[in-house]
Amino acid sequence: MQTIKDVFKNNVRQYAMFIALIVISIFFQILTDGILLLPQNVTNLVLQNSYVLILAIGMTLCILSGGNIDLSVGSVSAFIGAIAGTLIINMKMDVGLTIFICLLIGIAIGIWQGFWIAYLRIPAFIVTLAGMLMFRGLTIAMLKGLTLSPFPEKFQLISSGFIPDVFGGFGTKLNITALVVGAIISIIYVILQFKKRAEQKKYNFEVVTMPLFIAQIILILAGINLFAYWLAAYKGLPIIFVLIGILVLVYSFFTTKTVPGRYIYAMGGNEKAAKLSGINTNKVLFFTYVNMAFLAAVAGIVFAARLNAASPQAGINFELDAIAACFIGGASAYGGVGTVSGAIIGALVMGVLNNGMSIMGVGSDMQMIIKGFVLLMAVAFDVLSKNRARA
Amino acid sequence: MLAVRLVNIMSHRFLLSGDHIIVNTMILGVDRAVEYILEMRNITKLFPGVKALDNVNLKVRKGEIHALVGENGAGKSTLMNVLSGVYPYGTYSGSIFFEGKECIFKGIKDSEKTGIVIIHQELALVPSLSIGENIFLGNERAKRWLINWNQTHMQAAELMKRVGLRENPATLVKDIGVGKQQLVEIAKALAKNVKLLILDEPTAALNEEDSENLLNLLLELKKEGITCILISHKLNEVLKVADSITILRDGRVVETLDKHKDDVSEDRIIKGMVGRELTNRFPERTRKIGEVIFEVRNWNVYHPLIEGRKVIKDVNIKVRKGEIVGIYGLMGSGRTEFAMSVFGKSYGKHISGQIIKNGRELVLNSVRQAIENGLAYVTEDRKSAGLILIDDIKRNISLASLDNISKNLVVDENREIYVAEEYRRKLNIKCSSVLQKTGNLSGGNQQKVLLSKWIFAKPDILILDEPTRGIDVGAKYEIYKIINNLAEEGKAVILISSELPEILGMCDRVYVMNEGMIVGELDREEASQESIMKCIMQSIKEVV
Repeated sequence: MQTIKDVFKNNVRQYAMFIALIVISIFFQILTDGILLLPQNVTNLVLQNSYVLILAIGMTLCILSGGNIDLSVGSVSAFIGAIAGTLIINMKMDVGLTIFICLLIGIAIGIWQGFWIAYLRIPAFIVTLAGMLMFRGLTIAMLKGLTLSPFPEKFQLISSGFIPDVFGGFGTKLNITALVVGAIISIIYVILQFKKRAEQKKYNFEVVTMPLFIAQIILILAGINLFAYWLAAYKGLPIIFVLIGILVLVYSFFTTKTVPGRYIYAMGGNEKAAKLSGINTNKVLFFTYVNMAFLAAVAGIVFAARLNAASPQAGINFELDAIAACFIGGASAYGGVGTVSGAIIGALVMGVLNNGMSIMGVGSDMQMIIKGFVLLMAVAFDVLSKNRARA
Repeated sequence: MLAVRLVNIMSHRFLLSGDHIIVNTMILGVDRAVEYILEMRNITKLFPGVKALDNVNLKVRKGEIHALVGENGAGKSTLMNVLSGVYPYGTYSGSIFFEGKECIFKGIKDSEKTGIVIIHQELALVPSLSIGENIFLGNERAKRWLINWNQTHMQAAELMKRVGLRENPATLVKDIGVGKQQLVEIAKALAKNVKLLILDEPTAALNEEDSENLLNLLLELKKEGITCILISHKLNEVLKVADSITILRDGRVVETLDKHKDDVSEDRIIKGMVGRELTNRFPERTRKIGEVIFEVRNWNVYHPLIEGRKVIKDVNIKVRKGEIVGIYGLMGSGRTEFAMSVFGKSYGKHISGQIIKNGRELVLNSVRQAIENGLAYVTEDRKSAGLILIDDIKRNISLASLDNISKNLVVDENREIYVAEEYRRKLNIKCSSVLQKTGNLSGGNQQKVLLSKWIFAKPDILILDEPTRGIDVGAKYEIYKIINNLAEEGKAVILISSELPEILGMCDRVYVMNEGMIVGELDREEASQESIMKCIMQSIKEVV
């Protein structure tokens, strides 16, 4: 039976960043006199960072496939925003249809870039640097340098809407739907955990002791439901939360549990070995860039909806935020190491820093210095702890 | 050029038998007054949880070649890292005396200043710089910070002449072969006025001819008075050049043998290394050879980059069920290229020929197709093309056959661990758990993981390319047992090797390969060192 010490020892690095996130949150909670974790601010924090969270997921896959990054995502997001603005505001096209077209264009951009990267093996850095310039230029050309605004309310809902409270609140101020969703997720989590434990027992594997298992479940359930309560106390469940939640779950599952997910890790770990194991590495690389551009399109739509405008200056430096989030979250610059959940934690660390410092009134110059330093320290910690593990 | 090659091949025959004919001619300066250039006293080095070196004493005489042998993990490299300052003074206990003076090295720079230079197995050359630049790397011929290029090239040419390297000093290192690169390393050491040269497995990546040249160079350097410590797994080489041999096992010195006094033989060294008598280096197997299962006909392959260069010429081979067929050839004979081109065209261009399995022709255009049709290829280069070193054992084992442990593209991770545990038991992989990273395993255990991966792919035909390269005697024996088991289960095994004893000890039939052609096919009874060499020499004559 595994004890708490074993569990912790086997997962130090995974937990390290999570603990750091909690420590930073508590730190700012104190410094901001409790504003940081107010229900309204928590909702805002995720809304503000929604585009980084979405881009970080795709960027994780690119980095995993061999330390490749995608510099074009900011420009692609802006370009997609410009298309959405042109179609909806200028041409009065239906919102649903526009979103569909935007996602298709995102995929097409991915196919264009993926072709050069995966099949002609032009370094991703160069292809996406070219993309960064080209799509920024296309954005400005399409908008003629002007900002298009406003979007109809239906489009804005993507980033500022909430799931309506079907239960009506029962006279309280709480949003019951958010609580119910929290409860449903809790039940599913418990069922999955017990199923997993039974499977492991079937194979006679070591499992954690029963009290520890229960403690673990209670801790997670407390976390989920506390968060649900927090949301319920404000306006309920934001639509963007649902979108990001689904993306995180799907991509986490994809990278850790599926065969193609494995292929990405294998390719980043050793491409020659992956090839000799029957993996079509060109196809894997192609897919990661198509997927990246697809997610950049999603982020572009979300950002345009939040800004309530299609701006030629949208998305500048998005790519750098996404890349920083991945590396803070423990991805290796050489590929083959990293997780989607890590990148999400990395993005939240950056988000809390931004938000906390903004509340405190720290200037953006100071913010940049601190964020840069945190990125350096996070990666240095990772590298040093790996060196120690090897010695 | 050809004549040189013939002589090399001939002398190789004597080397392999490990007898004393050639050895005796090497005795030089037997009764020189004993003067130790290096004394390492009571060296103990601890790593967390492991005693890597336990009270080791090593004495090296001035002007001798001193071989250091032992299984992987015996502590050879650790000892040399202590000596060269990689582990600085104070991180170990014990003392080191060099030319009578105690050494307190804080890093490699200090030991190099004293005249101790180590050449690691992985060469420390910059591929994109010239030979001359590499020779003086970190030791530039310069006035302050301005490099004197004339002096660099002139002195480089001198040093290159000393090590017998006939190249232009301006040639880039990436454009010369591994054998010549090794010579550049030695020239680099000479440029630092080396007194004690340490070579870690210098011939591991070299072919027979280059190995010969290198060993002869060591003997030359010895005449010039340079002392040498040689770490090697190849006992025939050790017996050829070494004056003294120190055997390490589990971080302790078993014994130091003086070749001019003691009765030194391969068997004695092996016994010291593994701590027991290895009566038979090749395990027995019961032969149950069936029908022809796999055939390659009229196989032709062109070089992937150089247009019009034919690498494989009209190769025909066949393998029966339960048979171990050897392909013997020197490095560069096209063995690996042949195997990889058959394995889903993973090497070469304009490939033509037929692959027939169980009487049916197969078209294998990708590695995936090859695996699906029951082929497996275990690469000779386990670190850079075989394993994912940053991944754990279980993920490496499952990589080529994820379909077997997944449903609707979702991997069953419990099943994966179960399978990995099964192979860990069956193949005796020594590790703390199947979650251990393969990069932290010893060479022998890495090879076992790689074999597990391909056995789990459930092939009918296994192509093993140099399966025992760079692993120690004990682990070799275990790998041989695994190969025998596979044959007994009815699999067809193609064993590619440049080690003749291995080919002779393991195979039922041998194809001899040279210059991309099959130049001979010998049965177990016919195959011997002489008959195989004769095939190669005849083919060379025919070309002439």
